[in-house]
Amino acid sequence: MSDNAAGSVAVGTQQSSMLRQNLKEFWYYFSESKTAVIGLAFLVGIILMALTADIIAPHDPTVQYRDCLEQPPTLGADKCNFAFGTDYAGRDMLSRIIYGTRLSLVAGGMVVILCLSIGIVFGVVAGYFRGWVDIVIMRIMDTILSVPGLLMALVLVAILGPGLLNAMIAISITYLPHFVRLTRSSYIIESSKEYVIASRVAGAGKFRIMFITILPNCMAPLIVQATLSFSTAILDTAALGFLGMGAQPPAPEWGTLIAENRDLMLSAPWTVTFPGLAILLAVLAINLMGDGLRDALDPKMKRS
Amino acid sequence: MTVAIEGRDLKRYYQVKGEGFFAKPATLKAVDGASFALESGETLAIVGESGCGKSTLARLATMIEKPTAGNIFISGRDPHANGGAEIPRLRQDIQIIFQNPYGSLNPRKKVGAILEEPVIINLKISAAERRQLAETMLAKVGLRPEHYDRYPHMFSGGQRQRIAIARALMLKPKVLIADEPVSALDISIQAQVLNILMDLQEEMDLALVFISHDLSVVRRIADQIMVMYLGKVVEQGDAKTIFENPCHPYTQALLGATPAVDPRLRRERVKLTGELPSPLNPPSGCAFHNRCRFAQPECSVNTPELQVKFERQVACHFVEVAAEA
Amino acid sequence: MSLLEIRNLSVEFQTVAGNFRAVDGVDMDINETDLLSIVGESGSGKSVSMLALMGLLPWTANVTADKMEFAGLDLLTISSRARRKIIGKDISMIFQEPMSSLNPCFTVGFQIGESLKQHLGLDRKARKKRCIELLDLVGIPAAEERLKAFPHQLSGGMSQRVMIAMAIACNPKLLIADEPSTALDVTIQAQIIDLLVDLQNEKGMALVLITHDMGVVAETAKQVIVMYAGQQVEQQQVDALFATPRHPYTHALLNALPERSLHLDRLPTIEGVVPGAGDRPSGCLFSPRCEFAQDDCNEAVPAMVSTDGRGLRCFHPIENVGREL
Repeated sequence: MSDNAAGSVAVGTQQSSMLRQNLKEFWYYFSESKTAVIGLAFLVGIILMALTADIIAPHDPTVQYRDCLEQPPTLGADKCNFAFGTDYAGRDMLSRIIYGTRLSLVAGGMVVILCLSIGIVFGVVAGYFRGWVDIVIMRIMDTILSVPGLLMALVLVAILGPGLLNAMIAISITYLPHFVRLTRSSYIIESSKEYVIASRVAGAGKFRIMFITILPNCMAPLIVQATLSFSTAILDTAALGFLGMGAQPPAPEWGTLIAENRDLMLSAPWTVTFPGLAILLAVLAINLMGDGLRDALDPKMKRS
Repeated sequence: MTVAIEGRDLKRYYQVKGEGFFAKPATLKAVDGASFALESGETLAIVGESGCGKSTLARLATMIEKPTAGNIFISGRDPHANGGAEIPRLRQDIQIIFQNPYGSLNPRKKVGAILEEPVIINLKISAAERRQLAETMLAKVGLRPEHYDRYPHMFSGGQRQRIAIARALMLKPKVLIADEPVSALDISIQAQVLNILMDLQEEMDLALVFISHDLSVVRRIADQIMVMYLGKVVEQGDAKTIFENPCHPYTQALLGATPAVDPRLRRERVKLTGELPSPLNPPSGCAFHNRCRFAQPECSVNTPELQVKFERQVACHFVEVAAEA
Repeated sequence: MSLLEIRNLSVEFQTVAGNFRAVDGVDMDINETDLLSIVGESGSGKSVSMLALMGLLPWTANVTADKMEFAGLDLLTISSRARRKIIGKDISMIFQEPMSSLNPCFTVGFQIGESLKQHLGLDRKARKKRCIELLDLVGIPAAEERLKAFPHQLSGGMSQRVMIAMAIACNPKLLIADEPSTALDVTIQAQIIDLLVDLQNEKGMALVLITHDMGVVAETAKQVIVMYAGQQVEQQQVDALFATPRHPYTHALLNALPERSLHLDRLPTIEGVVPGAGDRPSGCLFSPRCEFAQDDCNEAVPAMVSTDGRGLRCFHPIENVGREL
């Protein structure tokens, strides 16, 4: 109700471009959480690593150095000195992990894109039509939710066949209900607001109301969910890889790396520890960033 | 002078779930027999408190909902005839502005997009012409062309209300429904927005339906006034006549309860006991009888009809007694 | 000795755009049985100053004052524990939105009982008795049954009465009412304001009524403080304020009231907007919008000059403008 002078920008003030203003405000809230900024920096680092893998990886990840099987991590320029050691086939762990970032990012990205696109459509349709359409969609989602995620992913992969692509599809299906529910509940809240009535009175048809008027206002919680799903997808891809149902060897996916070197857990622990650490740090970084994102996007925590 | 909007015995009932698991559905009579006729350039004020049906009446007028009974005529045509064939055409003739300046504009759209939306939907003109129209309208409500590219959250309440007015007038409607447009604004901003509304009404020969519970504002701008209580019209007619001598006990109570700075404008405070009854469970007979100081046994049995008395329409069994007070 | 003495209270908020001064140099003296109204539009700082007194502002607020004493206790240096002993007991506050001010998870009886238990240490039986007494006092029928009701089962007016019951439960010396009736219907509004005034007379407590509704002020208050952009600009007895406002802002605000321009075509408005964080004028904050402004108004901020209950912050006050009443 208030003409809050602190919040609104008076008409006469100097304005930088709108985007810069929004980014500046967003960064103000986001950067309050130091951990979120660290997470973001780490994620940026991973992305850069994936993009420049060809340049920064010291060796080719598929080359097997037969003389240097299961070498422990050593520094130096000697023949069998590898920073992260070698695995059971003599391949450089460091290079494999670096190339593995690509697979993890692709897995996470694909899952998020699939979930967002399909989840949004289902959520909006359920929210707009209500009635039996809503009931059918939500009961299907409830059914998916009632099966433990990884188990369902395993079953789907068993049906579709092992491989990274099928793993991504399977994981997307298990995450879908979260996106549908979020979209639907945001949608229902927004659809009773006055700006929607104003659009209806102006003559807006179904599609305009659904996708142009209301949907943009539902995006904030979806963005946060997408970020967190990204990290969970990496984790689940690794899990499927570990079980042999995800990316198949010799693909250097982190979970697959652990699976390949499972027998060496005690005798050559570096072969499983480093991929495990990579998974841990990546997921942690994205989660921290996601927390910061959620706080920054939450209007109630805003101060001005 | 043409009749821009007319309602004949409008009724809107809702079926709602009854209380308890096995209860039968109850009927909510949101609007129960409202009739009015408004000419271009005039202002009709609809006055009442929560649950009186004024917002439902607004929804009927803007064709968002179909009346359960009765007819509405916009520019002389019934939008619901022929299965609603006329509705898209008539949408250009009637628009609405709301009370809450912070909820009535889409937060994710720029002002320009908000203004152009009705035009994109209804008219086929080029993007350049649309922009021209939007900027002209912005100027008319006292804003500047550079506001076209801004988002609603960058504006104050009064400015947002102006944007809402500009949006409503983009299609040059014949009727504007204003649902408590200034209730949420400060006094000085209220004055600015009211001036804009009155200026534009004169310029565009608009019929203005002004819904409000603030009688001091209504007194200022209304030509006709319709007082509603629990879905029924209790008093209706020329605004000046009714303000000078309210005849229905409820109207008297409303006027008495409205605080005024000028002691000459203050009326005797009628102490109304009790709460507003729920529209789901209205009192029998006259809906006002259990709070009325002139109530007699007959009032709880028979529902009074609107009759012409004292140069206005009023629905009260004992209006002569009430008018004397 | 005054019940409440405030000297030079200021509140600054940390925001994205830097520090924002919401309250600037407010002085106040309240005695027992005073009925003071603080009036202003949005952004005037009227609510924030009282929230600062109660210690209810978020951590981003920096509260400074030369003096802030209640019944001899220094509120600036008081420990949180000591503060909690008097807030809710000797100083109480009621808020604007009764529907959201009550905890939806607990019954009415529980919520009123909380403050009785905390401050007076009553046992269960005594609490119940006192709760029923309080509900009767604030005019809620069937008090004993209502104790078991949840907030969502009450109407707006009822919820506000419950809030008032909670506030007066421990017989406070000072009650602050922050826009208590703004969110309510007109007839209920009148009931609530009347209730507050009756309680104030009966209990002999001081009442501070914060509002933007000038009509309510005119009919209820004895003393009025007018605030603009965080500063006090005028203080007078209520009749004198409305008859002869001395500050140009008060004068302009009263002119903008719809009821004062019934004989005019357009409502008088105040040009410009309330200064925000980024565009505070040098000199008098109202000078850019003041029709009586002169050159020296831009050079220095006028000080608040107070003499026994009358105060003014203006270099060139309006003299001899009597209102034809």
